[in-house]
Amino acid sequence: MTTPSTAAGHRAAPDAADAADAPETADSGGLRLLDVTLTLGDGDTAVTALDHVELAVAPGEFTAVVGPSGSGKSSLLAVAGGLQRPTSGTVRVAGTELTALSDKERTAARRRHIGFVFQQSNLLASLTVREQLLLPAHIDGRLDAAARARADELIEAVGLAHRAGSRPHQLSGGERQRAGLARALMTSPAVLLVDEPTSALDRVRSAEAVRLLAEQTHERGTATVMVTHDTAIMDAADRVYEMVDGRLS
Amino acid sequence: MFLALRDLRFARGRFALMGAVVALIAVLGVLLSGLASGLADAGISGLRALPMTHMAFDEKATGEQFSRSTVERADWQAWAKAPGVERAEPFGNTLVNAQVTEGAEKGEQVNLAVFGMEPDSSLAPEPIEGERISEDGAGIVITREIADLGVEIGDVLTVDKSEVPLTVVGLVDDTVSYGHIGVAYADLDTWRHVHYGLPGELPEAARGQATAVALTLQDGAGTPAVAAVEKATGTRADTKEATFGASPGYTAESSTMALIKGFLYAISALVVGAFFTVWTVQRKAEIALLKALGAPTGYILRDALAQVVAVLVGATALGTAVGLALGSAMIGKAPFSLSAPAIATSSGLLIGLGTVGAAVAVRRITAVDPLTALGATR
Repeated sequence: MTTPSTAAGHRAAPDAADAADAPETADSGGLRLLDVTLTLGDGDTAVTALDHVELAVAPGEFTAVVGPSGSGKSSLLAVAGGLQRPTSGTVRVAGTELTALSDKERTAARRRHIGFVFQQSNLLASLTVREQLLLPAHIDGRLDAAARARADELIEAVGLAHRAGSRPHQLSGGERQRAGLARALMTSPAVLLVDEPTSALDRVRSAEAVRLLAEQTHERGTATVMVTHDTAIMDAADRVYEMVDGRLS
Repeated sequence: MFLALRDLRFARGRFALMGAVVALIAVLGVLLSGLASGLADAGISGLRALPMTHMAFDEKATGEQFSRSTVERADWQAWAKAPGVERAEPFGNTLVNAQVTEGAEKGEQVNLAVFGMEPDSSLAPEPIEGERISEDGAGIVITREIADLGVEIGDVLTVDKSEVPLTVVGLVDDTVSYGHIGVAYADLDTWRHVHYGLPGELPEAARGQATAVALTLQDGAGTPAVAAVEKATGTRADTKEATFGASPGYTAESSTMALIKGFLYAISALVVGAFFTVWTVQRKAEIALLKALGAPTGYILRDALAQVVAVLVGATALGTAVGLALGSAMIGKAPFSLSAPAIATSSGLLIGLGTVGAAVAVRRITAVDPLTALGATR
């Protein structure tokens, strides 16, 4: 049995049932989904996007969720990241019960505890790489010397030091993806949620991007969930789930 | 302003175009304000310069009071005795055509707005050159407007038809006019000669008449004491500002200017609103991203509004500067005068209404769903 307090670098892959049984008192870090169901629409057109999902990701653990499009992968990220309230069930991030918060508190929790890496990275067109990283600090009202130092450190870590002053349209797909990852790590999030990180990349770059993701996850101790339909990049993950019709296995 | 400033720099072409529209409207705003105050000066600066708070007209004169009203000596005496009345002095007003009959510009046609007053009253001007108006002799004090035509002290002007001669005795160096005509100050008897067109001896009835009573009231009109005098004398006290409307053409001019300016501000607000509507719709994906990153809606709204205000203030300042430069070149060639309060009001309205227009547009930021940042795969 692995508790979420396991140190970064943990590679064992306990099965999902075990994870679901993990003692809740130990949920001080990482991501925890308890019996989460999400129904979209209502009446006859209702679709069950998430069907009684159980998921536990410990700090420093890199989890991949694979499945075809429409299987509920994005819904999983939306609910885990506090973008959407599940129909039932509990989501806990770094010990905070996301599902019990008001919209405003959820926005703040997103800001402080959750890092998103979006499909095709989703950078802001007018900002340089360095400014993309400073933005989350500015939103949080903490754009100080420490934030600047951290931004520089992260840019270095993802290998973009020579691109720090470039804007998104001057970057390659892989560089954009790395900038997006660095931005997500800016606030030292407990949970890192990654949406199709390789959809815009070729095979070689994909492998590189995922390796970097795994490396940062282990080094910084984030509980990382990556959803993808690209089965070729799963090897780097500590644990792989499959998602079919809203069910996780 | 973290993002707003960088967006401004990044999309400078688009913002420059929109800013240019606002700047051009600001230029027009300054020119129209200048023209409006220039026209107002030409219309009523003579009245504005009189030291008074109210003016009492014959109550039967309800429009164009200055040409229709006549008051009697008993009226201004009654006003002077009433409680709360500091000063009550007779005032005469007549527009005439005259000709220079003695002087360098002999034969020159001159239009005069003759203001009649008692030489020792507070209404009589202090000339910077020559002498004050006096009881004896038909002396007038002219203003800059008339002096600019070449009329000098010592010249004699003769009023058309009635042949009343007027000798220029003094000059005040202000551009003071009434109904777009330069003002000439005269003593009441001289004014009566001009007004009634009688050169010789004035008939007894005319000796006790004037157009209106210039009043300085301590606590404003409408008090019982004032109402009692109004009733007893058959006169009506209008505020100084209300008398401006009695000046020929003044109301029509100022309402036309106000209408043009109103349309200008409305157009500006709509242009700014339309621009920021398109801009906000274009930014929808970025706004969703900001929200997903945990930016509160208030943060994004503040950022967007700061951008709006920065663009409007910058463009308006630029346009106002250009307008002032153009405007100062127009002074003297057209009824044009630059008044700081009028220009400040014009610029303020441009910025204020533009902000309102843009605020309506950026309000749609609140409706953007952060979920869309995750892409369409749901």
